[in-house]
Amino acid sequence: MSPRIVPASTDAVRRRATPLTITVDGVPVTGAAGQSVAGVLLADGRRAWRSGPSGAPRGVFCGIGVCFDCLVTVNGERDVRACRRRVCDGDVVTTQSREAGEER
Amino acid sequence: MSRHVVIVGAGPAGLAAAAAALRAGARVTLLDASDRPGGQYHRMLPAEYEAENNGRLHHGWDDFDRLREHVLTHPRAEWWPDSSVWSLERADDGTSTPRVHVLRGPADGTGRERHVLMPDALVLATGAHDRVLPFPGWQLPGVFTAGAAQALAKGERVVVGDQVVVAGSGPFLLPVAASLLEAGSDVREVLEANPAATVLRGWSTRPWELASQTGKAAELAEYTGLLARHRVPYRLGRTVVEARGDGRVEEVVTARLTADWTPVPGTERTVAVDAVCVTHAFSPQLELPVAAGCELRDGFVHVDEAQRTTAPGVYAAGEITGIAGAPASRAEGLLAGWTAAGGDPSDRAVRSVVRRRDQGRAFAARLAAAHPVGTGWPDWLRPDTLICRCEETDYRTLRAAAEDPATGAPRAVRLGTRAGLGPCQARICGPAVADLCGRSPDRAVPGLASASHHRRPVAQPIRLGELAAPPAGPPEKEGEQHP
Amino acid sequence: MRVVVVGAGIVGAACARELARSGFAVTVLDRGGPAAATTAHGEGNILVSDKGPGPELELAKLSRRLWPEILDGLPNRGGVEWDAKGGIVVATTEDGARELARFAEGQRAVGVIAEPMDERTLAAAEPHLTRDVAAAVHYPDDAQVQPSGAATALLADALRHGAELRTGCELLGARVEGGRLTGVRTSGGVLPADLVVNAAGPWSGETASRLGAPVDVRPRRGEVLVTTPLPPTVFHKVYDADYVGAVGSGAQDLQTSAVVESTRAGTVLLGSARRRVGFDDRIRPHVLAEIARKALRLYPGLAGAQVMRAYGGFRPYVPDHLPVIGPDPRLPGLWHATGHEGAGIGLSVGTALLLRELATGSAPSLDPEPFRADRPAVLGADASEGAA
Repeated sequence: MSPRIVPASTDAVRRRATPLTITVDGVPVTGAAGQSVAGVLLADGRRAWRSGPSGAPRGVFCGIGVCFDCLVTVNGERDVRACRRRVCDGDVVTTQSREAGEER
Repeated sequence: MSRHVVIVGAGPAGLAAAAAALRAGARVTLLDASDRPGGQYHRMLPAEYEAENNGRLHHGWDDFDRLREHVLTHPRAEWWPDSSVWSLERADDGTSTPRVHVLRGPADGTGRERHVLMPDALVLATGAHDRVLPFPGWQLPGVFTAGAAQALAKGERVVVGDQVVVAGSGPFLLPVAASLLEAGSDVREVLEANPAATVLRGWSTRPWELASQTGKAAELAEYTGLLARHRVPYRLGRTVVEARGDGRVEEVVTARLTADWTPVPGTERTVAVDAVCVTHAFSPQLELPVAAGCELRDGFVHVDEAQRTTAPGVYAAGEITGIAGAPASRAEGLLAGWTAAGGDPSDRAVRSVVRRRDQGRAFAARLAAAHPVGTGWPDWLRPDTLICRCEETDYRTLRAAAEDPATGAPRAVRLGTRAGLGPCQARICGPAVADLCGRSPDRAVPGLASASHHRRPVAQPIRLGELAAPPAGPPEKEGEQHP
Repeated sequence: MRVVVVGAGIVGAACARELARSGFAVTVLDRGGPAAATTAHGEGNILVSDKGPGPELELAKLSRRLWPEILDGLPNRGGVEWDAKGGIVVATTEDGARELARFAEGQRAVGVIAEPMDERTLAAAEPHLTRDVAAAVHYPDDAQVQPSGAATALLADALRHGAELRTGCELLGARVEGGRLTGVRTSGGVLPADLVVNAAGPWSGETASRLGAPVDVRPRRGEVLVTTPLPPTVFHKVYDADYVGAVGSGAQDLQTSAVVESTRAGTVLLGSARRRVGFDDRIRPHVLAEIARKALRLYPGLAGAQVMRAYGGFRPYVPDHLPVIGPDPRLPGLWHATGHEGAGIGLSVGTALLLRELATGSAPSLDPEPFRADRPAVLGADASEGAA
């Protein structure tokens, strides 16, 4: 199994889910308005989207903007903490790598 | 002209500070990096969720909601969401309040505006984050801090996994497990690293000091009841010593620990998981207090009876002065805001606040006694265990540098191994590197700042283009140009 | 012969290494840790490009020759991060271009390789550099090290050759017998010495005063910005020709000039600022902003790069901008190796060699006269600079 979002229909906090779509390395991913980039990626079942200097996969660790492990490029802006940036409909997210020789 | 008080952080301490400063007649600017107030404790759902019952996920929601409403709509208050303080600049004369350099705009944006605030007083309420000790495999996706699991669950209803082990130390393990259960995950077990003897000894001495913390005690009792109903084992004296998996965590190895957190050989067990949530302690976010020149004691900002730090015009409240939970943070915030605004700390109006603050400090002391971080944990490291996640510095490399007399001083270790020099700037590995190198920081001499891992003169990343752009004029506020 | 080296920065480490390898019994002392102060707060420059013909350029050329030889002899040189990347100096105005051409011409006359670059070679060498450049000169001999790693590697070699290191040990004063320095008093007791080397960088003035022979070495503040690791963007050490003017200036006010280069870790270092502010160690946002503005003029594409760190250090500065190397005739037994300002990383090894040659009475590799400790600028006679 994998990370997921509590469905709005059964969520005891009684909330709305306004769908939106972003692309991640060109692939459309749907999320809900108000989510963080990290939240959308996790709810899409992704655990990792960045690689460290050795090429090993990394995803969310601290979730509150401290560890800088979840960095992504959003609409061409590098090094955005995915856990702190709220998504906008149409955001173009590309993943990053610290591995030598990787241009991303 | 009323005093202008700038408050950094809108969690329990900062929000309380704002309310008290307003009550004392000050003009208040309340800043937070997030777009909603509440901090980590009262992390709100996004406005776009239009949640009818956000309070269901929280304790003390109604009080928080009232306080938030009061502060954010107050005519003398200005609320700056999405505002990162990237630099605090000590004054030339050494006696005035530091200048506050702020970036306003979406997190890590490119076109955020620079602002410079010159307040009469500054209240720092920047809180704390999980301290996770390194262990083999902790860099695998699926290993989260407990705070991450909590922020995702409370902040946007995302659950980190379905089969989860929660491990580390302290009462915070319980609400994290509760959030996961509430969202339908299977919490395999909750592991408190300290043995029962340590926890009981810490909590049972001077029991009268606990009487004041009934709210906190009831909250904890509720969590333990929930764990029992879901038949989640709560084990003491055991922790996660390794995470394993191919590209993501698939299982964890747990082991029994001695009182000082040395793993006991032969007690290892393997548990299949798709996520693990870890917190061994809390790290106060000290870059701003350090930039302001505040003296630290025992790893926290030293404050006097009125929440004054040793830096002129700078007050501190909440977890940067000690870890004692939200009620204590609120009491500290009230007192800090009151005195920052020019209120008399011996005023009758704040007498009960002072009492609650003192009770909070006593609570912090016993929390620290009940849930200390042991010294035996390096035993669970292997030579290739990563210590610095950003730069992938491993234990072997760090030890080799630390043991060589030519390279063993803290600054040289850092520059030579790159531990702490990556994007997180030692926020995560700083305490572990300091422990593992076993050296006190280089002595501070005139003109040579200490090598403290809390020193981050650029307190939050700022893009070159933003830095190059001139700051926007001080918004409205006459008086701000001539402090 | 017993030697005490005061200061475990790169100059002290290089001197300790040379002297220990020549059989001196060396003790290095530092009130902090090794490579903790000025050495840890620079960019790691080993430059010939920023020096006009004269004694400092000769010392730079000697040092540039020595570095690869020394590194080859070190068992563990990985941390040094030696990178002979070469420097590119650009002029952004027509006046600047004429000045740069004249400067490079003078350097070529004394054997520096300084190759004018046309638009195409420049674009190929630095594709992200602004096209708005009036002239550019390539200096293939400019190099870079990780300065703390370089200093600790030199120090480790000194220790291997019998030197002793005492950290957290502060120099308090001199032991003088018969008008001669015979040891130093320290927080850790008296250390007997036949020769004391003052390599305390910006604190050399204070050190010399404590020993009873004051020298006019002052601190000058410099700041550096560090970006997060980026894909390769900057391939040489690239700087604006007005840097040379700023280096040689005695002005008190803030002077900035663009210096841009990347490190092995992928970060980009951005300098440079020079200010005379005593030992005021505040990192000032207006200084960082000015550095950012100048750097973006050269690399506009870096506007989106995140600055994750800034550091500042103090450089040891003598009013006539020349290092002080050699014995102090006022106090037999006292020697100086200081005053290198922002060039100490590169010049350390040449300085150490010269000092050792003078101490052992061998023929010096270059004329030591211009670096004499008893020249007027060092003795504080040059009052025209005013108080810092």
